[in-house]
Amino acid sequence: MSPRQTTPSEDFLRGIWKENPVLIQLLGLCPALAVTNTVANAIAMAAATFFVLMGSSILISLVKNLIPNEVRISAYILVIATFVTLVDLILAAKFPVQHKDLGAFIALIVVNCMILGRQEAFASKKPVGRAILDAGGTAIGFTIALLMMGTFREVLGSGSVLGYPIFGEGFEPWVVMILPPGGFFTLGFILLGLSWWEDRKERGERPQVREWPHGVGSMTGRGQTGGRRVA
Amino acid sequence: MSGELFFIFISALLVNNFTLALFLGLCPFMGVSAKVGTAVRMGGANIFVLTITSIVAWFLNTYILEAAPYLRLISFIVVIASLVQITEMAIKKISPTLFRELGIFLPLITTNCAILGLAIFQTNRGYGFWEGLVFALGAGLGLTLALVLMASIRERTELSAVPSVARNMGLVLIIAGSLSLAFMGFAGLFAS
Repeated sequence: MSPRQTTPSEDFLRGIWKENPVLIQLLGLCPALAVTNTVANAIAMAAATFFVLMGSSILISLVKNLIPNEVRISAYILVIATFVTLVDLILAAKFPVQHKDLGAFIALIVVNCMILGRQEAFASKKPVGRAILDAGGTAIGFTIALLMMGTFREVLGSGSVLGYPIFGEGFEPWVVMILPPGGFFTLGFILLGLSWWEDRKERGERPQVREWPHGVGSMTGRGQTGGRRVA
Repeated sequence: MSGELFFIFISALLVNNFTLALFLGLCPFMGVSAKVGTAVRMGGANIFVLTITSIVAWFLNTYILEAAPYLRLISFIVVIASLVQITEMAIKKISPTLFRELGIFLPLITTNCAILGLAIFQTNRGYGFWEGLVFALGAGLGLTLALVLMASIRERTELSAVPSVARNMGLVLIIAGSLSLAFMGFAGLFAS
């Protein structure tokens, strides 16, 4: 963690956009690609993940002093697996349709790197209040990404949103969008769009840092860019 | 029986390829697919862990979890985590070069959906010992195939003039989508 103390609002907001788990950090890609073929599935997945992330963050933040450092990862995974089992059973009892649609991917929330990552990086070091904010922000970021992908894929792939048709009779659905390749393409295009946007933003700032030859900025990583701005 | 096994194998290898059709094991797919050599080794490590996982999951399902099915997920993940730990120690001992190259991705096999996914699919479909084993081999080879294909393509894009907006993962995802599209052609392989 950075030596600088973060404010509560930073803890909350960071996960939503600046460090969005899916779009920026590319964590939790399996569910983001696999179950976003309809908006309804995306919502169910996001809700289940929200519950698991929030529950395990709170619990781990509460018991962080009891977990020996050597076995902390296993302990986190056990806690996460417990919450996932809970979600699995609750969904099976209350929402059997969604449970059937999501199938094995409910159980696979356990291995969502995003959840384990937040435990290791945040909940195991900070007080409960902050852990709740961080988990909330990250889960909202995850939800935004999933909804974005779900909407994109359902609108193009089935011509509907949440099952309601939005185009007229003449619309020919792009079936490929609800099939596996559509998942890759959708996220790919979203990422391309994001980096295009960032490039444009950077180009707007470029006039003040003229001493750098053209093309250097685009070849180097983020750290370099940050340094350049300071200079 | 053997026809059935062959069907399971080809289905896991091509038709329902773990990475390209089911989105399992994406972390190594994105992370270790920059060089063909590393991709092959990562695939090998995956085949190894998948095979052992299949045997262990079958054992747990048959002899232990009958009494308490709600503990399935928790016991699977614990067993897989310990297996990966053992694999890591074995590889460190046998091939330090490979160990260094795999780096962070070996422990990350624990949070690799493919491993847990295999155990869960195997359970849901009620596979027996041999079926599970063949399924694991097919899935592992399928993962390796996808990794190697991806790595070969990425090695080429390294040298070509890629537009600057596509310099990060966007390009990799588009390539993955095209590969996935190609693999969909295998869907007609079996009329089922």
